[in-house]
Amino acid sequence: MSMPFYVAPEQVMKDRADYARKGIARGRSLAAVACTDGILICAENPSSTLRKISEIYDRIAFAGVGKYNEFDQLRIAGVRHADLKGYSFSREDVDARSLANQYAQILGQIFTHEMKPLEVEILVAEVGEEPGAHQLFHILYDGTVMDEAHFTVLGGEAEAIAERLEQGWRDDLSAAEAMGVVVRALGGDDRQLGPDELEAALLVYTDERRAFRRLERPAIAELLGGG
Amino acid sequence: MTIPFFRAEDDPGPDFIELARRSGLRPLALDGLEHATVQGRPEITHGTTVVAIRHADGVVMAGDRRATAGNLIAHRAIEKVFPADHHSGVAIAGAAGPAMEMVKLFQLQLEHYEKVEGHAISLEGKANQLGQMVRSHLPAAMQGMAVVPLFAGYDLRRRAGRLFQYDVTGGRYEESNFAATGSGSLHASTVIKLGFREGLARGEAVDLAISALFEAADEDSATGGPDAVRGIYPVIAVITADGFARLGDDEIAERFAGLLESMAERNAVRRRVPETSTDLGEDGA
Repeated sequence: MSMPFYVAPEQVMKDRADYARKGIARGRSLAAVACTDGILICAENPSSTLRKISEIYDRIAFAGVGKYNEFDQLRIAGVRHADLKGYSFSREDVDARSLANQYAQILGQIFTHEMKPLEVEILVAEVGEEPGAHQLFHILYDGTVMDEAHFTVLGGEAEAIAERLEQGWRDDLSAAEAMGVVVRALGGDDRQLGPDELEAALLVYTDERRAFRRLERPAIAELLGGG
Repeated sequence: MTIPFFRAEDDPGPDFIELARRSGLRPLALDGLEHATVQGRPEITHGTTVVAIRHADGVVMAGDRRATAGNLIAHRAIEKVFPADHHSGVAIAGAAGPAMEMVKLFQLQLEHYEKVEGHAISLEGKANQLGQMVRSHLPAAMQGMAVVPLFAGYDLRRRAGRLFQYDVTGGRYEESNFAATGSGSLHASTVIKLGFREGLARGEAVDLAISALFEAADEDSATGGPDAVRGIYPVIAVITADGFARLGDDEIAERFAGLLESMAERNAVRRRVPETSTDLGEDGA
């Protein structure tokens, strides 16, 4: 039997983080912005069937970037968790904070205990009935949770995009204006993204039970034209 | 509660009921009550007459508000017509407890599938799902807790309203024009049968449902009529391409008033009360 080499824990963690970050950086980015209508989530995604943004529960949305099969597995697990919790307790008892914590636990555990970390960054967003009542949880590949106030960006170029978003963001953006700001931030100075390269959804402030509205491409085009 | 993860070869897919079972929950509607016996069973709450009628733009579903436990009225304002999802509805008759649980599970099943898969089940698929749920409830039905639902919806692929009736074994029967179930269904369906024609307008179908429920309540003690004193009216919903919409109580009250008016006009209800007394009067002695 051969003796395993000693590798410093710092080195192990650094290697895993680099590996995860590299995987995430291969995909396109995604941004979520609070606007007067709710939370707008918009991703650069040429596919209209393999989705990055989806509904978890009545007022909760999920978005992921990185490796598709990994964040999709997390998405389905989240839907299952929320539906089971709503069934055995009450629909009101399902909330984004608890779900975000669960995701963080799982990502953290996989990051430290498994050979390969998940190459994903995810977003859990929730809206209330009244404007201003929203929550954005941004969770990293290692289980780090960030509670964002107004907007957040997921993906490899997050910092550059967030900087551009910061410049365009105001607290009274309408959905159409927010769409314009997000799309300009995602594209940067040299790229003009059109509806065919985008995927978007809106979590609206409403007194209806389900707040998630998927924006199909014609609706995205309309918002972009109006903003 | 922890987030459920499954191995790829062991994944329950978009099936909520299977997921609930795997997570250690036992949905009542799908299990017989092992220890309940037919003898000495306490009276359980029952719901009664519900109807569904196809019309030009989709379907109308309606149900009275009474729940009974034996000879007693258990509840005056119970609801028996529910949205199943955006484009379909489910109405229940039979043992109220398991029926409500079944509706809740059915709603969850449809929504769970939609979220996991990214699109809704076809109307046909939804009808089959409900049939399977009724069938797995059969052991409880044999113990006297039958649940017999109606399912109706707007089929987006065929662009028409469709309706389905069930029996306790889970048998699923599509009806072409109307369906009724529950203790007053015999009277209700006769009324609908006489008033039905192809291409009824939405309002006409609602009126027909209202008079069917009125006649059922008139003949069947377990079916509740309109209760103007408490302001309790049947639950009526219209399902069209725009989705499931429940009618307001104001509209239903108005339509009931219209029904009573037309009955008075054709003198259908005579004011004179029939004499059933054996009293021979003052000079009868």
